[in-house]
Amino acid sequence: MLTNRSQVVSKKEMTLIEKMYLPAIFSGMWITFTHLFKKSATIRYPEQTREFSGIYRGQHVLKRDEKGAERCTACGLCAVACPAEAITMVSAERKPGEEHLYREEKYAKIYEINMLRCIFCGDCEEACPKEAIFLTDRKVDSFYTRKEFIYGKSILVESKDSPIDLTKRQTPDVKEFKLDKHYAHNQTFDKNKKTKVGGHH
Amino acid sequence: MELNFLIYKVILVLIVFSITLLVATYSTYAERKIAAFLQDRIGPDRAGPFGILQPLADAVKMFMKEEMIPSVSNKILFIIGPGLCMLTACMTGVIIPWGKSINIGGVDYPMQIADVNIGILYLFGVLSLGVYGIMIGGWASNNKYSLLGAIRASSQMISYEVAMGISIIALVMTTGTLSTGEIAAQQTSWHWNVLYQPLGCLIFIICAFAETNRAPFDLPECETELVGGYHTEYSSMKLGLFLFAEYINMFISSAVISTFYFGGYNMPLIGRWVHDPNWLAILGFVFLFMKIVGFIFFFMWVRWTLPRFRYDQLMNLGWKVLIPLSILNMVLTGTWMMRHEIMAYFSK
Repeated sequence: MLTNRSQVVSKKEMTLIEKMYLPAIFSGMWITFTHLFKKSATIRYPEQTREFSGIYRGQHVLKRDEKGAERCTACGLCAVACPAEAITMVSAERKPGEEHLYREEKYAKIYEINMLRCIFCGDCEEACPKEAIFLTDRKVDSFYTRKEFIYGKSILVESKDSPIDLTKRQTPDVKEFKLDKHYAHNQTFDKNKKTKVGGHH
Repeated sequence: MELNFLIYKVILVLIVFSITLLVATYSTYAERKIAAFLQDRIGPDRAGPFGILQPLADAVKMFMKEEMIPSVSNKILFIIGPGLCMLTACMTGVIIPWGKSINIGGVDYPMQIADVNIGILYLFGVLSLGVYGIMIGGWASNNKYSLLGAIRASSQMISYEVAMGISIIALVMTTGTLSTGEIAAQQTSWHWNVLYQPLGCLIFIICAFAETNRAPFDLPECETELVGGYHTEYSSMKLGLFLFAEYINMFISSAVISTFYFGGYNMPLIGRWVHDPNWLAILGFVFLFMKIVGFIFFFMWVRWTLPRFRYDQLMNLGWKVLIPLSILNMVLTGTWMMRHEIMAYFSK
């Protein structure tokens, strides 16, 4: 009854006109004919794309900090949080002279996400204590082999010259919400908030 | 003169043959496009502008596909089947009057390959042969689905041929001729046969749908029940020929319906503006083609509107509705034609 289009089915004898079927056929053909002039619902995919919602969760990015050093410390919380077990990593120790490459003493030597396993739930970015991994509004490409879907650091880490814009999902509200998490080190976004929230502990 | 005549006929045959193939080729494209438009889609649009090269791509695909002949099949008949289907489909184009004669250098060149005085009989003969291609193909496949599809096809075509023939008898009675050229020539200006034989025309069109195995009568290739019907075992271009023959049949059926009931190459009022007989003949050809394209669209429009009949409904419609109706139509036509004699008999 939601659409007010429901009809009661009756098994009454058909009248002569109904038995001739022709009126029903013509009315059916009129319906299809009107569809000739309706706008098609098709989106010509590679050329046109459907407009994504602002909170679309697509391909991941590993962020760099303001100085261009990788934020990820290979703590493995994302891999633990991942319900699809799509993330694997190998950690390594930062050598002297690599401070401009990695923000902290430990970093991910190998960081791989299997895009065929990933369900794009966003638990990894929620788990990340370092604001290092985020889901973006980019689509994962399609490939011919399974191997190509395992994205390594060469694809995941953002380039220094063109940082990935996260403002659509990481709005001020979202950032503030994240600050309430009990990670004191999680608050590099906003210097003022850091002292305020840190006062909780 | 003899040689001239021969060359002219050969050229005409080649032209008609190539036009038939071309129209059938682009019918496949039109079918997919119209299906798409009726369902609010776009349809093929990648091969060339608007997908205009799609039939070419389909043909290449068909030719490149692996050719499979089942080891349990009767190989000779298996190969003959689609060939026969194609042959009979192309043969009917011979008796269609594509236009009036063109006068070049004082010699009339009629735009009809053969104006035989038994054109309608020839048409029905060839139409009846059409079932053999499907029957042989389905039987030679040695597959139960193919055989069932072939049996359905043959019984359907035989059943609907009866109603079709009787509806045509009424037309023959009013026109007084069996020659297709003569029937077309009689329908000048608004004297189209559809106005004199509306019921016969309706029956003929319905039967034409059944004869070409088009929806809603496409039971021989009923995918939901019979896998692929009579062409289940066919692959590569042999399958292509079966499918292609259907489109040729549709083109020829449209031409026959236009010629028999919708004035053929005649168009009302055109004689007022155009007087040169050669131009009239060429325009007539154009008009016939417009009618044919219209009917091909109608065929496709119906296919993408109506669901398929159940087999018993199909037989019911054929034997219990269309045949009595066509007989009634024949009797009414005869009574109307004999009305003076009948009146005279009763007023005696």
